[in-house]
Amino acid sequence: MASSSTPKYNSNSLESSSSKWTLKDGTNWEQNEEIPRLPGETRVTDKDVIYMCPFNGPVKGRVYITNYRLYLRSVENDPVVILNVPLGVISRIEKMGGASSRGENSYGLDITCKDMRNLRFALKQEGHSRRDIFEVLTKYAFPQSHNSLFFAFVNEEKFSENGWMVYNPMSEYRRQGLPNERWRVTFINEHYGLCDTYPSLLVVPYNATDDDLKKVAAFRSRNRIPVLSWIHPETQAVIMRCSQPLVGMSGKRNKDDERYLDIIREANRQISKLTIYDARPNVNAVANKATGGGYEGEDAYPNAELFFLDIHNIHVMRESLKKLKDIVYPNVEESHWLSSLESTHWLEHIKLVLTGAIQVADKVSSGRSSVLVHCSDGWDRTAQLTSLAMLMLDSYYRTIEGFEVLVQKEWISFGHKFASRIGHGDKNHADADRSPIFLQFIDCVWQMSKQFPTAFEFNEQFLITILDHLYSCRFGTFLYNSEFLREKEKVTEKTLSLWSLINSEKSKYTNPFYSKEVNRALYPVASMRHLELWVNYYIRWNPRIRQQQPNPVDQRYMELLALRDDYIRRLEELQITNNSKISNSSASSTSPSQMVSQVQTHF
Amino acid sequence: EIHIKEPIEKEVNPRLLPGELLLCEASTVYKYMQEDGSNRGTYGKLVCTNFKISFLDDDSASDDNEPQFKNKIVGENDITLQCVDQIYGVYDEKKKLLTGQLRKYPEKLIICCKDLRVFNFCLRYTKEEEVKRIVSGIVHHSQTPKLLKRLFLFSYASAAPNNTDGGNQTVMFETLEDWRDELERTKGNVKYKAVTTNEGYRVSEKLPLYFVVPICISEESILKYDGRGIPIWCWSCHNGAALLKMSAFPKDQDDSTSQMQKAFLDGIYKTISKPPYELLKMDDLSSSLPSLQDIQIAYTRFKQLFLIDNSTDFWATDVKWFSLLESTNWLDIIRRVLKKAIEVAECLEIQHTNVLLIEESATDLCCVISSLVQVMMDSYSRTKSGFQSLIQKEWVVGGHCFLDRCNHLHKTEKEEAPVFLLLLNCVWQLVQQYPPAFEFTETYLTVLSDSLYVPIFSTFFFNSQHQRDTNKSGESLKTQSGPFRFLTVWDWSVQFDPKAQAFLNNPLYAEKPKPDRSQRKTARFKHQRQLSLPLTQAKPSTKRGFFREETDHLIKNILGKRIGKFINSSDEPPNSLREFYDSWHSKPVDYHGLLLPRIDGPEIKVWAQRYLRWIPEAQLHGGGTIATAAKILDLMEEVQSLQVKMDEERSQAISGDTHSVPMLRNSARLSSLFPFALLQRQSVKPALPTSTWKDLEDEDDLVKRDDEFVDLSGDML
Repeated sequence: MASSSTPKYNSNSLESSSSKWTLKDGTNWEQNEEIPRLPGETRVTDKDVIYMCPFNGPVKGRVYITNYRLYLRSVENDPVVILNVPLGVISRIEKMGGASSRGENSYGLDITCKDMRNLRFALKQEGHSRRDIFEVLTKYAFPQSHNSLFFAFVNEEKFSENGWMVYNPMSEYRRQGLPNERWRVTFINEHYGLCDTYPSLLVVPYNATDDDLKKVAAFRSRNRIPVLSWIHPETQAVIMRCSQPLVGMSGKRNKDDERYLDIIREANRQISKLTIYDARPNVNAVANKATGGGYEGEDAYPNAELFFLDIHNIHVMRESLKKLKDIVYPNVEESHWLSSLESTHWLEHIKLVLTGAIQVADKVSSGRSSVLVHCSDGWDRTAQLTSLAMLMLDSYYRTIEGFEVLVQKEWISFGHKFASRIGHGDKNHADADRSPIFLQFIDCVWQMSKQFPTAFEFNEQFLITILDHLYSCRFGTFLYNSEFLREKEKVTEKTLSLWSLINSEKSKYTNPFYSKEVNRALYPVASMRHLELWVNYYIRWNPRIRQQQPNPVDQRYMELLALRDDYIRRLEELQITNNSKISNSSASSTSPSQMVSQVQTHF
Repeated sequence: EIHIKEPIEKEVNPRLLPGELLLCEASTVYKYMQEDGSNRGTYGKLVCTNFKISFLDDDSASDDNEPQFKNKIVGENDITLQCVDQIYGVYDEKKKLLTGQLRKYPEKLIICCKDLRVFNFCLRYTKEEEVKRIVSGIVHHSQTPKLLKRLFLFSYASAAPNNTDGGNQTVMFETLEDWRDELERTKGNVKYKAVTTNEGYRVSEKLPLYFVVPICISEESILKYDGRGIPIWCWSCHNGAALLKMSAFPKDQDDSTSQMQKAFLDGIYKTISKPPYELLKMDDLSSSLPSLQDIQIAYTRFKQLFLIDNSTDFWATDVKWFSLLESTNWLDIIRRVLKKAIEVAECLEIQHTNVLLIEESATDLCCVISSLVQVMMDSYSRTKSGFQSLIQKEWVVGGHCFLDRCNHLHKTEKEEAPVFLLLLNCVWQLVQQYPPAFEFTETYLTVLSDSLYVPIFSTFFFNSQHQRDTNKSGESLKTQSGPFRFLTVWDWSVQFDPKAQAFLNNPLYAEKPKPDRSQRKTARFKHQRQLSLPLTQAKPSTKRGFFREETDHLIKNILGKRIGKFINSSDEPPNSLREFYDSWHSKPVDYHGLLLPRIDGPEIKVWAQRYLRWIPEAQLHGGGTIATAAKILDLMEEVQSLQVKMDEERSQAISGDTHSVPMLRNSARLSSLFPFALLQRQSVKPALPTSTWKDLEDEDDLVKRDDEFVDLSGDML
């Protein structure tokens, strides 16, 4: 395509240019530095390379590698082409071409990223530069595989807000009106003895003793017993989450579990049945019996109604995203875009997750029934469903801080296995445990915010920033698989929270159209007519697709807001001066001193 | 199980417009609410007039619940005869298309409208006689061929006291003056002239009374082939390059005729390729764009996707939605048309060449492309009056056969093609991609598209200016009222009161900074133009040479054969277009400059407001684009009222009521269907898909896997 003499834009940099990056992250970098650097970030090496930009063609530049990022600056292009990639997004590094490679630029490195792009650098064969870069990158991109620390542990940034203070489970439950006469807080898991993937603090029915809980734990996969996620302020119906029951091939039963579920149902003084949503497709739930799992059968749980939500497993989701990447990167599929998009099934999965969450929310809200949500282990699909249902029902979670609490609570504290699903610092790129479950959740949130553009306090940038730092390893927020492990690694002491970055600069992540509406259930329409591919995330590296930033509509609206505030201020000033004129003039007619002076002049 | 209210025997009479006559009626008709398959609805009277089909229930008598956005001419339960698309009768649960004579009368009537509303009427409780009369009346008046003079337009024009004069700033292009002003505005007057050759329609009945041609074209040439083979001016770019259109010679001529025509064309091309004219590029749209028939087929399939009569259909088609959309081809046609417009813009802007659009009649795809190019290149066309003037220039006066293309008279389906809708769909893509660049909103485009079917305006009900003029004066001599005075659609006050009109204006539109006072005094619509792109250097001479050669080559080869596609022909460097497109998109957008649509797959969208607005399942409570639009409008009103208050304070006028807070729309409570469908689901029950998950054919092994391979049964001993 275009030769290097006619470059036109910065290609695919994380925030499109270093200057923006500087703005974004505050004043932490020294101005005269060649490359941006965070406090605690140290330079490791730099080399001349040719960046094989899929949009601009080959770009001559210099690549700088630190313990946090890979940074490339072009040397000949105008405007300068810049790449700014946290090493955490790297999934795989491959050498391409060998000593015998002939073709131009065929010797170098191929880097696969977790954020929907690949990077390719061509290098000179002489002087071992490829070996050097490969080794440095491998070492710093995959610290877990080299027994070294994540960058989050050496990051020395300072923020005005402390994000670790955002979520306090006790105050969140208090906000929900808990504990109350039917629900209690238990510390049975204080040292993670009951369940090592659950948080230490749990809310359970008042009528269930800690002893009961232990017995129930024996019948639930990985001891993930049913606990409360959310209570409806009016109906008092609750959303409970757990893992599958250990029914197995023989159809085992457990009296304690059966009784426990009944206690949950009765806590709502509910006459109707307890609703159980099994997130899996029916066949998978059945198949799980072979490995000891299963679902709540009718015989054992006569007071419960079970529905399957047909959401597929982590492997299906991983494949789906892979297919999506194939059709959007580097080039957007041209001839049959819509059917190609359909064949990835990505939006269909989004539709099913949203549909499931709508059902959960509607059951709790208008059905006035408590619900129990689980999948197999209760840390992937279950987290998606409970958190989305909560987002639909509770407007608090649609604020910036509320959303942070939601992620912190339903995902981080309840043991969504971020480390395994993302593969933080792990070189094993083909690990079957990896899956874009959290990305899918954020996509669902984006779909909701697209359908209800005034209902969320946060903007698209907020969601993209969360996803960027899901991979970056700059913050401790998403590291490790459970609260237990995070405590062991002293994450809150030794690392910074992503919410520190965001809450220190809230205005940047605020949706100007937000109008606060308390207690309004928000049901998205889970129809393909409304679901859209999140272009600004999935295709953001493609300069042809890039949307105008900042969003011109937002910008214009903010200008209007500023104008209104200015008018209000000026109007007040006018009113004050006018009032004082009036009071002056009225004062002049009555003031005795003036009367006197007037009288005096007459003399 | 039908929840039916007892029919109320209350006399409700239809509100009739001047000239509107009641033709037939039926009472105790039950209209279903189009809602999740339930049988809820209302009883009322179904009437048919010479203007519309109308359902009257007891609610329609009271106007307590005045909606914020209401069409004064066509109400919620009114269907103009021209708006009826298809009528189905239901016999024993079977749907049958109703067209001509009926032998049996259905128990249910389904009316699908061209604005995509679907009405379901149950006739089971109606007297048989009335059923016969209303069904055959509706079918006859809306589906059978009609004489032009029987259009409601004429009854209305002769009955209505018509004093409105448009009263707006739209240039109608009916006078020589209008064309001269347009030439002056675009600085095309050096090389182009407005001609009066067609006065009395002596050149052609298809051409407007006045039009513009290159100065060097003689009157004889124009007259020689009834205006065929003559380049007609559409618009001039700031660099002097012009957009021209030409109606081609028929392709199947005998040799001697085509030899003569060829010689004639050679002469024309030679004259207008010489300086001062820019180099000329030609584009035969009939070979480089889909045919009218393709367009009609695509749209017919496309609209069918939105004429949903029940919830089950909605969810059943949802699973395969994207491939269904793709199979209609409609979005692909939009993409191709936008791409063509970009090509033309590139020729004008970068290559400084004149572009000549060629088409058999030069009144269909020529109109689409030339309008789009002007919308993209001339920011005046993005103002409301500018856009309306453009539609007048290229379509109404330009001679687009609205009557035939919309099949308003049901004469023949062969001529039907949604060409104008295609333009609106393309413009909508631009509006949603660059909201601050347009003075009008998507709602404006939607109501404009609806106005295609409202026969009280002459705008969309003639095939040509000639047809309009002859019919205007024709019979009128017999009546004492003088010639008919038709309304123009551009007088929006006929359909909407000021409050509703607010939804047509884009509050985000930032007017172009006015140059300076001295220039502002010029004529009302004059619009100063800025250079749209940062000054582009003239291409190196080698390139010019290349194109000159190409033109020469063309001239040499123009025989009676088909003219190939010249723009973007294979010997042109294929990168120049891509380069132009990429380079433009790499720079910040100047909303008053050149605007290029983004045309990659994900960027071409379905015009949700027009196509989804009547479908209850697609409704978002408190959501959709209207949520932000309403907030912007509210804020705008607030700012304006503050301004008023400030002025009052300044002038020290004591205003009695200082607490007049602008009426807030409470956007969170509006439905995404607003301002159109008034139906709102009573409950706030979410819409739940009823369709089932289809198999993931190729991923069976993955599907069956568990998330993690851990044998739980082992754990538990």
